[in-house]
Amino acid sequence: MKRYRSIGLATFGALAAIALLALAVRANPISYQLPEETAAFKPGPGVEVAQANCGACHSADYINTQPRGAGFGREFWQAEVNKMIKVMGAPINEQDAAKIVDYLTATYASGS
Amino acid sequence: MIDRRRVLKGGGAALLFGGGYLVGGPLRALGAETATLPFDNGERPLVQYPQKRPLLRLTTRPPQLETPFSVLDEGVITPNDAFFVRYHLTLAPPDGLDPDTHRIAVRGKVNTPLSLSLKDLKTGFEPVEIVAVNQCSGNSRGLFNPRVAGGQLGNGAMGNARWKGVPLKAILDKAGVQEGAQQVTFDGLDGPAVDKTPDFIKALEIDHALDGEVMIAYEMNGADLPVLNGYPVRLIVPGYYGTYWVKHLSDINIIDTVFDGFWMKTAYRIPANACACVPPGGKPGKTVPIGRFDVRSFITNPADGATVKAGSDTLVRGIAFDGGYGITQVTLSTDGGQSWTAAKLGEDLGKYSFRAWQAMVRLEPGTHELKVRAVNWIGQSQPSEPLWNPPGYMRNVVETVHVTAA
Repeated sequence: MKRYRSIGLATFGALAAIALLALAVRANPISYQLPEETAAFKPGPGVEVAQANCGACHSADYINTQPRGAGFGREFWQAEVNKMIKVMGAPINEQDAAKIVDYLTATYASGS
Repeated sequence: MIDRRRVLKGGGAALLFGGGYLVGGPLRALGAETATLPFDNGERPLVQYPQKRPLLRLTTRPPQLETPFSVLDEGVITPNDAFFVRYHLTLAPPDGLDPDTHRIAVRGKVNTPLSLSLKDLKTGFEPVEIVAVNQCSGNSRGLFNPRVAGGQLGNGAMGNARWKGVPLKAILDKAGVQEGAQQVTFDGLDGPAVDKTPDFIKALEIDHALDGEVMIAYEMNGADLPVLNGYPVRLIVPGYYGTYWVKHLSDINIIDTVFDGFWMKTAYRIPANACACVPPGGKPGKTVPIGRFDVRSFITNPADGATVKAGSDTLVRGIAFDGGYGITQVTLSTDGGQSWTAAKLGEDLGKYSFRAWQAMVRLEPGTHELKVRAVNWIGQSQPSEPLWNPPGYMRNVVETVHVTAA
């Protein structure tokens, strides 16, 4: 579908025509409004480190919805953080990574 | 400056001319409505996204939405506004989706590289239609025991739609695939927040890509694809898990090697054995990329936990599907799997579609376990006990619904 109107050509002459031609090839993207991000990291020691690092790439519900209890303690969260750094390329320094593992283990593994 | 943008808001599409800004604030979750999936930590908010009805939200950024299971009882075709959503990378859905400027590059081991617009697809090729199920590899992962990491889905990460588009073969033939081509890779516009994150690129063997069934779809159930389902075009790989159905498709590359990107080489792999399984809690040796759906069948009505009238005719119905051989038999048990009787199959919409089935039963007063099992054309069926693998893929155990007759 053409995006310009012919009255523009008639009214504004050559200069306007050039401008309108430019408009015709301009991107005309769809704008998609995502709902508000309401998922939140559980409060706990180190939550701000998790928010700043994990939250840069994904919402808190990626963590909140994981299984709890046996098999989902420190070893599990350590492996997840390692995967984010080594496989997904998350730029998280060693100190922060350790704090995040502590936070996730203390806050999420208990099943509360 | 005039800025005309198509603005999509909750529940419908609106055309907005002029203005240059969006109307309305961010959408909110509808109240505090939640649904609870039948496993620990299974509470999910029901959230309405633009072009969608309220769906179970697994994750927010990027969005992952599950279809409420009751929708699958409404008909054999899943409505666009109820179809599940699964993304991998942060920048999704991508900004700047534009039906006028969108292009699909066809490049690599071809004689004539192409750059196809949506108009080219719609006018330059003979359109085809196919009804096909799309199912997430990890559909039902939350039901794995022992539990596994990943998206904790119930049974609602599947849907069935009529797709219209162009056979990939027609496009590849136009480009002229060269001798030595081995695989075709597919990339879409959704992307990561960090450059080091592996882009979501998938690959098919060249023979599969040329089978005439794999297609590029620009319509879903007679309408444009919803943004969250891959607008303006996505890949349709009938019978194969959704991981291959690349959304917002923008790049097709024909290569003479085996693609070694993360999403093929490391992720979406299954144990290389006939059951795609290992003992629960075990580790597989050799793995291969996930492929075709296994056989599944579901009772959609009555719902689990429902009460029905004792001693009178009760309609039991549901759906069945497989990886593309076609469902030939569905049997139902009302006694926990001791005896089975054949159900009546519904209309055949093609071998890649959900197949409706139904049966009439009479139940004595008390509690009953209803079970359903399907068989496909090559005799594949479903196990009585669930199979297990570490990534939580391909669950297809015989499903059970508990009802009380009173």
